Amino acid sequence: MSEMFCFVFVCCIIVSRAQYSTVYDHNEKTFDKILIANRGEIACRVMKTCKKMGIKTVAVHSDVDANAVHVKMADEAVCVGPAPTSKSYLNMDAIMNAIRQTGAQAVHPGYGFLSENKEFAKRLAAEGVSFIGPDTHAIQAMGDKIESKLIAKAAKVNTIPGFDGVVKDADEAVRIANEIGYPVMIKASAGGGGKGMRIAWNDEETREGFRFSSQEAASSFGDDRLLIEKFIDNPRHIEIQVLADKHGNALWLNERECSIQRRNQKVVEEAPSTFLDPETRRAMGEQAVSLAKAVNYSSAGTVEFLVDSRKNFYFLEMNTRLQVEHPITECITGLDLVQQMIRIAKGFPLQHTQAEIPINGWAIESRVYAEDPYKSFGLPSIGRLSQYQEPLNLHNVRVDSGIEEGSDISIYYDPMISKLVTYGATRAEALKKMEDALDNYVIRGVTHNIPLLREIIVHPRFISGDISTKFLPEVYPEGFKGHQLTATGRKELLATAASLFVAAQLRAQKFLGDLRVSNTQQERRSWELCVELEKGVHMLGVSRSGFMTFILKVEIDGDKLEVSSDWNLASPLLTVTLNGIHRTLQCLSRNAAGEISLQYLGTTFKLRVLSKLAAALSVHMPEKVPEDTSSILRSPMPGTVVAVSVKAGDTVAEGQEICVIEAMKMQNSMTAAKTAKVRSVHCKPGETVGEGDLLVELE
Amino acid sequence: MAMAALAAVRRCRVLLHGAVKSSFRGSPSQPRSYSAGRLSVQERIERKRQAALVGGGQKRIDAQHGRGKLTARERVALLLDPDSFVEYDAFVEHRCSDFGMEADHNKFPGDSVVTGQGRINGRLVYVFSQDFTVFGGSLSGAHAQKICKIMDQAMLVGAPVIGLNDSGGARIQEGVESLAGYADIFLRNVMASGVVPQISLIMGPCAGGAVYSPALTDFTFMVKDTSYLFITGPDVVKSVTNEDVTQEELGGAKTHTAVSGVAHKAFENDIDALLNLREFFNFLPLSNKDPSPVTECHDPSDRLVPGLDTLVPLESTKAYDMLDVIHSIVDERDFFEIMPNYAKNIVVGFARMNGRTVGIVGNQPKVASGCLDINSSVKGARFVRFCDAFNVPIITFVDVPGFLPGTAQEYGGIIRHGAKLLYAFAEATVPKITIITRKAYGGAYDVMSSKHLRGDVNYAWPSAEVAVMGAKGAVQIIFRGKNNQADAEAEYVEKFANPFPAAVRGFVDDIVVPSTTRRRICRDLEVLATKKQTNPWKKHANVPL
Repeated sequence: MSEMFCFVFVCCIIVSRAQYSTVYDHNEKTFDKILIANRGEIACRVMKTCKKMGIKTVAVHSDVDANAVHVKMADEAVCVGPAPTSKSYLNMDAIMNAIRQTGAQAVHPGYGFLSENKEFAKRLAAEGVSFIGPDTHAIQAMGDKIESKLIAKAAKVNTIPGFDGVVKDADEAVRIANEIGYPVMIKASAGGGGKGMRIAWNDEETREGFRFSSQEAASSFGDDRLLIEKFIDNPRHIEIQVLADKHGNALWLNERECSIQRRNQKVVEEAPSTFLDPETRRAMGEQAVSLAKAVNYSSAGTVEFLVDSRKNFYFLEMNTRLQVEHPITECITGLDLVQQMIRIAKGFPLQHTQAEIPINGWAIESRVYAEDPYKSFGLPSIGRLSQYQEPLNLHNVRVDSGIEEGSDISIYYDPMISKLVTYGATRAEALKKMEDALDNYVIRGVTHNIPLLREIIVHPRFISGDISTKFLPEVYPEGFKGHQLTATGRKELLATAASLFVAAQLRAQKFLGDLRVSNTQQERRSWELCVELEKGVHMLGVSRSGFMTFILKVEIDGDKLEVSSDWNLASPLLTVTLNGIHRTLQCLSRNAAGEISLQYLGTTFKLRVLSKLAAALSVHMPEKVPEDTSSILRSPMPGTVVAVSVKAGDTVAEGQEICVIEAMKMQNSMTAAKTAKVRSVHCKPGETVGEGDLLVELE
Repeated sequence: MAMAALAAVRRCRVLLHGAVKSSFRGSPSQPRSYSAGRLSVQERIERKRQAALVGGGQKRIDAQHGRGKLTARERVALLLDPDSFVEYDAFVEHRCSDFGMEADHNKFPGDSVVTGQGRINGRLVYVFSQDFTVFGGSLSGAHAQKICKIMDQAMLVGAPVIGLNDSGGARIQEGVESLAGYADIFLRNVMASGVVPQISLIMGPCAGGAVYSPALTDFTFMVKDTSYLFITGPDVVKSVTNEDVTQEELGGAKTHTAVSGVAHKAFENDIDALLNLREFFNFLPLSNKDPSPVTECHDPSDRLVPGLDTLVPLESTKAYDMLDVIHSIVDERDFFEIMPNYAKNIVVGFARMNGRTVGIVGNQPKVASGCLDINSSVKGARFVRFCDAFNVPIITFVDVPGFLPGTAQEYGGIIRHGAKLLYAFAEATVPKITIITRKAYGGAYDVMSSKHLRGDVNYAWPSAEVAVMGAKGAVQIIFRGKNNQADAEAEYVEKFANPFPAAVRGFVDDIVVPSTTRRRICRDLEVLATKKQTNPWKKHANVPL
């Protein structure tokens, strides 16, 4: 046994400090070369494990991705087509060619793209290339909504009970409702979505619901059929990770809580869930495993459930691939899911028994997106990451990303910047770590959703675990508005801005080796400043003690704050100590006119710091109405219109390409200055335009 | 010129005559128990000093504020370090005795300009600030004399001069005396040119002959909506050319920063302008005998810029933003761009490398492919000459497809104007570092601070293409009339569309990884700090104006 142990090489991810470990056994003969049919963070994630297992990697990429991180990371790279996914990452012919060309023995599909495409799996099988995922049968069975439910039912997995058909009278409706169990949802079958939906919690309400719905069914749709289904109140989205081999063994690797969603897309996930007790967890896990076994599942997969407030859980669907949010499961179980997938694909049996699957600590994942959280909780934005720094200086932080400083977030692909995962012995620890990680995450050049993430993880309802899939619309019924400052927060922010202003002023006087700087002037030790924040104007007194690493005392409305920092004016991060409390802010911009943009608790605040004199004189400055040029796009030069990418009525995202003008054989992409609807288009391809000509008007 | 000035200021003169009568001197709060003769000298000094502080009186000050403008003294107070202003000539009065100007109520201590010296972040500067509340800031002989005095002293000690212009024009009552005053200032502007930096900030009207003083200085900044620069005002334009034009269209900040290229930058209002001027001043050496200033820098000189490795697009016809290159290489992304809205196909401005001020020149592929045309050549040339005159090292980023073809350019004299940029780079003896990021085609390659024009350190990025022209055009000439042009094009690209032809000849010193560019430049600047180079003796050179 001890001899065996010598062969086991334990390799830990160094940057992420042992949140999962790739236990690599040299006795297991694995693949020599794997092609990763994906891009971005998941391609990089798969390659990391391949490298540790000594497997050569092949990247595929579109032409715009030629410089992407996943391409640089791979041993070999093959271009599979132009930017649009249908012509590159979904282009099976090109990918099959790449496999033949490089001699890859297996393909890891990541998630999305071809990961759940049975056709692709079939073509690989036909050429004797291993697909690192389940076989085509499982993909097909679980890919069909109706079939998967039938299989689930047969495997004794809870499905949402319901009745769809003609209901004779109210009594029958009550009988059906009682069979299902309250609460139930009643509506006309023909009505789409939630239209005309009524919720009944008892017999009385069922009779009433029956009356309304049957009337509506007859009058509005001319179709008598009614749908009576179990109503899931405050549903949570909780999913079980399963792992199954080709020898009939299957394990459940605990749950992931994914209830925080917007537009059915997950935003924040955690493992384990605060909601599940061990019995429910085991019940869900066992049902998930029985479903996996029912379809002879092999590889990693995820069984998604809806869970109601009374911990009843119902099967939703099964994802036959590696999930985006798999890292949190890796954190609490210590398993490397990608490695397990590769082992299973090679035909090795599972290494663990169910009893060996732990829940160690707590892991939270925030999906960091290039999108504007102030618009419908997130509308995509694009741009170039002019500055980018992941918070990897912190312990127990894992960042899965496929971009780097200088990368473009383009309209062609998912706007995800990274998955930020924090880990702790307890949930509170993991959450605190997430606050720090978000504060230390530097992203410049694109609009990102850190303001929203930072607010979610400190919201009392989230902290108490009182969440559901309706969390965002319930907590922010008027839409997300950013962090609302408390009185203390306001003072911290004002004091930081004033201190930063003073630090910059002091630095501006430091000319090195210049003998011509005045010696007769006293170094300033106190300032009277006027700081504007959210239309409020505050008078602050700042006094200074110390020399190099000076401490500033700031007086705001009678309160005193002591501010210290290393005052590094080049760093995008601004670490300050305010009355002994450490805070990491980010200075996004600072100009000569005293305007300072600070990211504080995730949200960006605009401040203006002026000397008392400048503030007093600013009353004389004329009020200016800014001219709105964002809705008009004019040609910046004479040239030819090569392409027009929009038409009237389209909605364009800020930074999205509207048209391309060619001048001097150079193509210049004209982009939208804001997210808006296109009112009118005044140019067409082939047309010659002059400088300043109107091209497109936005609403 | 005289007619021009007259016309421009006529209207405000008329307004003033009415207003002056009710100025503060006649106000009942003035003590009347003394006759002038009996006042002690001490009291007279005090009264004059007090009078000087309020310029044309409270009513005029209120009117100035009402226009969204600050007074001459408020401006000086904002521009300079607190309590650093030392005023000269507060007791100077105009000497005109015609048209009732000799009357007591028409005399103002200090006349229509505030002058003196002070400090900006501890460094010496001479300042004059025209006082619109006194005779509309019009230029009298005394006014001019005050300005000349500080300019003379600035030259003696080697310190910059900042002019805050807010003047209706010539003092009509003084006639030729006023015109002589302008000329005295012009002469000093020219004498000081290249000796001390001169900066003009236009904060109100500046019309007629008066415009030539700012035009002779190194940098002219304007305040949006409240400042105008023109030779003749809209009324004269209408009577001479029958054009209808507003003051703003004719000579506002937008016109001069985007169309005419007369002004180098515009600011939102007086406060914004003065605070920005303080920041700008920190970039400048005090005189041509002083080195480029070095400030404390928190940005590591050996910082790598990984983003640059992927910045230049793979397709050589695709645009990128040269400002992305500049911002990421310079200290703290702090770049003070000069003429950001004029001839945008070239980017010029000041930045710091490891704390030391440098001048940056870069072709802008995002605008007109970064080609050189008349306006961009002139813009670049003037900036390069300023840097050379004041010991500011020049860093040039090259991505230029050539000079812009076309009749408009040829008729406009692109040959003459393009020569200016060539001249400026060739003549410059300050440290010159050049980075070819992509295209360096044709004559424009030579112009853009090439090795052949005494470039000290010339680098190419791996994406550099140094050639006579782009592949397509070249192949059409070399293989005229022959078939397989596509093959020939591929051969040309293989041969020339890369940095090797230049590198094997030593025309670039090295091919560098873009992410290491900042580190390389900082080290080179350290080496070149002791560079000494002189041009042959000449009375002055003959730049192709």
